Amino acid sequence: MAYQNIFTQIQVVGPAHGVPLPAGDDDRVGTPGVSRLLGRLGNAQIGPIYLGRLGLASLVCGFIAFEIIGLNMWASVDWDPVQFVRQLFWLSLEPPRPEYGLSIPPLAEGGWWLIAGFFLTLSILLWWARTYVRARRLGMGTHVAWAFASAIFLYLSLGFFRPILMGSWSEAVPFGIFPHLDWTAALSIRYGNFFYNPFHALSIVFLYGSTLLFAMHGATILAVSRYGGDREIEQIVDRGTASERAALFWRWTMGFNASMESIHRWAWWFAVLTTLTGGIGILLTGTVVDNWYLWAVEHGFAPAYPPTGTVDPLLQQGAAQ
Amino acid sequence: MTRAPLTTALLAGLPLALAACEVGPKDIQQTGHRGTGMVQLADRSNLPGPDRIPGETYRDIVLDPNNLGEPAGEFYENVQVLGDLKTEEFNRLMIAITEWVSPEQGCNYCHNPENMASDEVYTKVVARKMIQMTRAINVNWKDHVKDTGVTCWTCHRGQPVPAHYWTTDPESMARMGMRSRRGQNNPDAMPAVYSSLPYDPFTAYILEKDPSERRIRVSGTSAYPMPGMRRATLMDTEMTYGFMMHFSDSLGVNCTFCHNTHSFSDWSGSTAQRAISWYGIRMVRDANENYITPLTSVFPASRLGPAGDPFKINCATCHQGKNKPMGGYSMIREFPELARLPVAAPAAVTPTTAAAPQPTDSAATAAVAVATPAG
Repeated sequence: MAYQNIFTQIQVVGPAHGVPLPAGDDDRVGTPGVSRLLGRLGNAQIGPIYLGRLGLASLVCGFIAFEIIGLNMWASVDWDPVQFVRQLFWLSLEPPRPEYGLSIPPLAEGGWWLIAGFFLTLSILLWWARTYVRARRLGMGTHVAWAFASAIFLYLSLGFFRPILMGSWSEAVPFGIFPHLDWTAALSIRYGNFFYNPFHALSIVFLYGSTLLFAMHGATILAVSRYGGDREIEQIVDRGTASERAALFWRWTMGFNASMESIHRWAWWFAVLTTLTGGIGILLTGTVVDNWYLWAVEHGFAPAYPPTGTVDPLLQQGAAQ
Repeated sequence: MTRAPLTTALLAGLPLALAACEVGPKDIQQTGHRGTGMVQLADRSNLPGPDRIPGETYRDIVLDPNNLGEPAGEFYENVQVLGDLKTEEFNRLMIAITEWVSPEQGCNYCHNPENMASDEVYTKVVARKMIQMTRAINVNWKDHVKDTGVTCWTCHRGQPVPAHYWTTDPESMARMGMRSRRGQNNPDAMPAVYSSLPYDPFTAYILEKDPSERRIRVSGTSAYPMPGMRRATLMDTEMTYGFMMHFSDSLGVNCTFCHNTHSFSDWSGSTAQRAISWYGIRMVRDANENYITPLTSVFPASRLGPAGDPFKINCATCHQGKNKPMGGYSMIREFPELARLPVAAPAAVTPTTAAAPQPTDSAATAAVAVATPAG
C-alpha cells in the first residue's frame, strides 16, 4: 500500500524546451506554464500549442457549425435564455423532412442542418489533416490520423453516405443530445433490432474489447511501474526488468502474452475496428437489409421462443373489416 | 492509512450518487418466456393509489324489475337516445350521470331546470352523444373493453372534463420555421414522457380511421428491401415510438407488457395484451372520429384546443396510469342499459330549440348511431 499510483506521483519540471519547426510552419502560440494539479494527470507543462492554418481553419469551421446548431436551438425556445439552458438536452437542429429527399430545402426546414453539417464535416476533416501533417512534421508515423479516419468514416456513414444511399437527408442524425439518442433507438426499431446486425455485434465486440485491453494494459504497466515499467522500450529485451515481469504475469496467468510492442497494435486495431465495423453495419441498413431480425431468422441465429398464441388482429379479421 | 476507510466509503457510495434509480422495494412479475426480459417492474412506493368507486347517490336505489314504469321515451319529452329505458332505470341513470360527471354542478350542468327537456344547454347535446358513444363502445368494442365495459365515470371520475385528453398541437402541424420544434424535442410535452420524441402522435394516429391500417407499423416486413414496398422513414418511426411512449405512460407499464423486444413487430412473440390494445387504437379512433369530432360546432371556445378541435380521448383518458382502468372494476354490471344498443337510427347532433314538446315516437327515441368497429 505504500506505493500508490492512481495519479502521477513524480513530477519532473525542467526548463521548457521545444524542437525547431520546419520552414513554412507557423510559430507556436502561448508561453508554456506549469500546472501541478494537471501534472498529477499528465505532463505538468501546459502549452505552447501549434495552431497553424489547418488548426485555425478547423476551429473557425467548428465554431460556425456550433453557432448554427446553438442558435437554431435557441430560436426553438423563442430566444428565452432560461428555457434554452433548462431544455438544452431536448433541443435539436433536425434534418430536412423526408419529402425533400436529397434536395436543398429552405433554411428553416433543414437548410440550416445541411449547412451545419457541412461546416462540422469540414472542421473534422481539417482537424484530421492537422493530425496527419503534425505527425509528419514530427517525423512520426500517421497512426493517429488513420485511427481518427476510422471514426470519421462512421460519422460520415451516419450523416452523409447512408442518407445519400437511401436518397433522403431525413435519414440522417439530428444535432441534439436526447434527439440523437432517440434517433438511435428509432433506427434499431425501424430496421428490426440492431442487435441482430452482425456488424453492430462486431462493433460492440471491438468496443468492449478495447476497454478490456485498455484495462489489462494500463493495469499491467501501473503494476510494474515500481520497477520502472513505464519505461517500456528500454527494458524490452533485458532480463528481470519490469517489462519481463509484466510479460511473465500474463504468460503464467493465461499462457500467452502480448509483447510491449504488440499490445499497442492490439489496442490500435480494436479501436479502429470498432468504428469501421460500425460504419459498415450502418451502410448495410435499409440499403441491403430492411429487417435485421428477419435476416437473422433467415440465417439461423435468431433465438426462437415458444409462440405466445397471439395473432395479428389485422390478419385475423381478414377482409371482413 | 486513515484515509483508506473514508476513500472506501466514498467509492462504495458513488453508485448511489450516479444512478437515477428508485431504491425502494419492487414488485417484479415475469410476463414472458425466460431470457426475454419480459418483466413488469413496479416501485411499491410509487404505485397508483386505489380508485374511488362512486355510488353514494344511487347505490341504495333498488329497481323493482316488475315495476319499472313505462318507457322513458314515452314518459318524458325529447328523450332521443335512452328512450328504450324504463322510467325508473332512466331516473337512476340520470342520478348516476350527475355523480359521475357533474357532482358539484348538479342536474343544471346539462339541464335547464325550467324545462328539463330543452336542449338549450350545450352540455346536454354533448352528453347525449357521449351516452351513444359509451353504449357503442360497450357493444361494438368488446375486443378491447371485454365485459368490464365503460361508463361515464371511467373517463370523467367526477369531473365535467376528464383529466386526460388531447387536442391537435398547431406547432406539430406546421413543422416548419426556425422557431418550430417540429412537434418534438420538448421536455414539457408529457405525451412523449420526457423523451425528445414527437409529442402529438395522436393527430396522426388516432384522430380518425386509418384506411391503410398500417401507418403505425414501421418495422421492415421482410429481411431485404423489396421494390415497390412501403418503406417507413425514420421520422415515421419516431412518431410511432412517441405514440408507444404514451401507451407505456398511460398504462403504467413498460414495452414488454405487450412486446417481446427482440422483435417488436413479431405478433407470435407478443402478449395477448398487444392484440387488445390493437383494438383499443381502433376504438379510440372510432370514438374521436364519430362521436367527439362531430360535436366541434357544439362546444364553446373554452372547450376547444388551440387548433379549434374538441378535447379528444387517448389511452390515458380511461386508463389513468393503470393497465386496466380502475384496476378492472366493472360498473356496467350495475348499469346493463349502458351495454346494449336500441334499434339504430342516427341522432341529430345539432341542438334542437327544445321549448316545444318533441314527438316521442319510437324511431326518434331509439336514435343511437351504431358504429361498426373501425377494424
